[in-house]
Amino acid sequence: MSAQSSEIAVSRGSPVLAAGHDYSTVTDKIASVVLNQKSGLPWQFAFAIALLLVMILTTAVSYLFLRGVGIWGVDIPVAWGFAIINFVWWIGIGHAGTFISAMLYLMRQDWRTSINRFAEAMTLFAVACAGMFPLLHLGRPWEFFWLLPYPNTMWLWPQFRSPLVWDVFAVSTYGTISLVFWYVGLIPDLATLRDKAKPSIARKLYGWFALGWRGSARHWQRYQIAYLLLAGLAAPLVVSVHSVVGMDFAAAQLPGWHSTIFPPYFVAGAIFSGFAMVLTLAIPLRWAYGLQDFITIRHLENCAKLMLVTGLVVAYGYAAEAFYGWLSGNEFDMYMNVNRGLGNYRVTYWVLIFCNVISPQFLWFQFVRRSVFLLFILSLIVQLGMWMERFVIIVTSLQRDFLPSSWGMYYPTLWDYATLFGTVGFFALCFLIFVRILPAISISEMRELVHKEAA
Amino acid sequence: MNIHQPMYGLIAEFDSAERVVEAARKTREAGYIRIDALSPFALPELDEALHLPKNRVPLIFLIGGICGGLFGFFMQVYSCVYSYPINVGGRPLYSWPTFIPITFELTILSAGLCGAFGMLILNGLPQHYHPLFNAPQFDLASQNKFFLLIESSDSKFQLDQTREFLGSLEPVSVSEVPR
Repeated sequence: MSAQSSEIAVSRGSPVLAAGHDYSTVTDKIASVVLNQKSGLPWQFAFAIALLLVMILTTAVSYLFLRGVGIWGVDIPVAWGFAIINFVWWIGIGHAGTFISAMLYLMRQDWRTSINRFAEAMTLFAVACAGMFPLLHLGRPWEFFWLLPYPNTMWLWPQFRSPLVWDVFAVSTYGTISLVFWYVGLIPDLATLRDKAKPSIARKLYGWFALGWRGSARHWQRYQIAYLLLAGLAAPLVVSVHSVVGMDFAAAQLPGWHSTIFPPYFVAGAIFSGFAMVLTLAIPLRWAYGLQDFITIRHLENCAKLMLVTGLVVAYGYAAEAFYGWLSGNEFDMYMNVNRGLGNYRVTYWVLIFCNVISPQFLWFQFVRRSVFLLFILSLIVQLGMWMERFVIIVTSLQRDFLPSSWGMYYPTLWDYATLFGTVGFFALCFLIFVRILPAISISEMRELVHKEAA
Repeated sequence: MNIHQPMYGLIAEFDSAERVVEAARKTREAGYIRIDALSPFALPELDEALHLPKNRVPLIFLIGGICGGLFGFFMQVYSCVYSYPINVGGRPLYSWPTFIPITFELTILSAGLCGAFGMLILNGLPQHYHPLFNAPQFDLASQNKFFLLIESSDSKFQLDQTREFLGSLEPVSVSEVPR
């Protein structure tokens, strides 16, 4: 019987998993981040800053409820402002999580295993941040349920022909399915934590959420097919959500919005910013908890490659927009091009070109893709650039539309910035709590990877 | 014949995935029916070794998706054509292409929710108490060990013979699972 000890599967080392790991070492290593390790000074520092920003957010939102959207810089003609910029930016960031967990799963990419869990968590928190903005922007946020079709005494229905109503369905479906997908993936890991946790309250809580999972072959069989089908359902959602967001703009008649390229170009932009956020989160995470064996340079490099590809698609989108604006021969479309590059908001446009078109070109070089520090900086630049993109699209088109007498300017107020940075803090706070109470890497899938690599 | 056994069954512990798959195959070939294998990650080889039937999870997804899609489409038709028709420049009320995005979203939403909950229900979860949790070392089933269970309700189950049989599969240990 003791002869068995030599049969324990041990990973032989590959680009996506370091050598010498068996089932227990991956389990212990990932679970210990939650169960044994101290939070550490960097975590506490980040938590304090995030908490401060969340307090700023609650203040800004409370004051908004008190006084109304007049405290923001939105006005006619620029009625969308920061709220919609931030909404589109956050929902875009969320896209990489589902892309990694669903599309790469269907394509059997082994390197997704160690980054899918926290990328999905990132998606959920980003969707939560995104969801706040349209509701806060409603003017009467307490009537938010008017967006939903329900039997009401006014005998009214939402306008189902409007992309804005499609958005309500797209975003809420996306949030719900992402949550279900994430939770289903968590069940076996919650069982692991239930069996490893020492304090009784932790055992009870993990046990309650693990639903009594015991790893039966019959359960695994149904579980695997359900997980596969959920991935299959989530994959088209990735494409649909940001396409619908793109249609919010494309359905309007404004120069710079009314364009058929919007849905695909928005999806590419979403995945672009999402992978940037994955890198922003993965790099400190693997450093703080010593997860370099699992989140390897190969993972970071692959994210960087996808950033480069989607960045090129986005650059093509900008070129196509400018080209078709010119090709149309339409006075207003041609002026839109001039106004973006040379108008009142030209700085934002050139920052956007620098961040989204020029800076990703560095990713052609392998030493940049393999340098943790450079990738971290680039990922922040890309996120800034994608925020600028939404600013340019929304503000420059609204402030100079058809009739010069209705032109105007947009000046964000302090409350606009407070809400934006407040949601950044909310996102960070959720993520910091997540890495302390749930395994940031899927343990059961890592064991599967060990099994596969040892064979 | 052993329904009234005071214990739930016998469980054998293994170190490697290959061993438990082999053991499951041999146990099934020896004529035991009420058996199960417990593993810390999905092992598709066990489906075949244990002769697991095809499951109905995909069907639940399909039915959920069809219901959600039909509901979504006809809700919009009812709203836009019958309940609250708005004439916009004489455009048709039954403008079905504009109903497609919401139909699509509700198809996915309903399929995903039905499928995920259907999977849990077919698995009998949540089930926070199970006799297996009484087995010694069973907390390792979610970490690094593999287990093979023969239930005492199996018609071929005889405590001593079955224990001997499990021992012949070269496990790390064989233990009783109290009820």
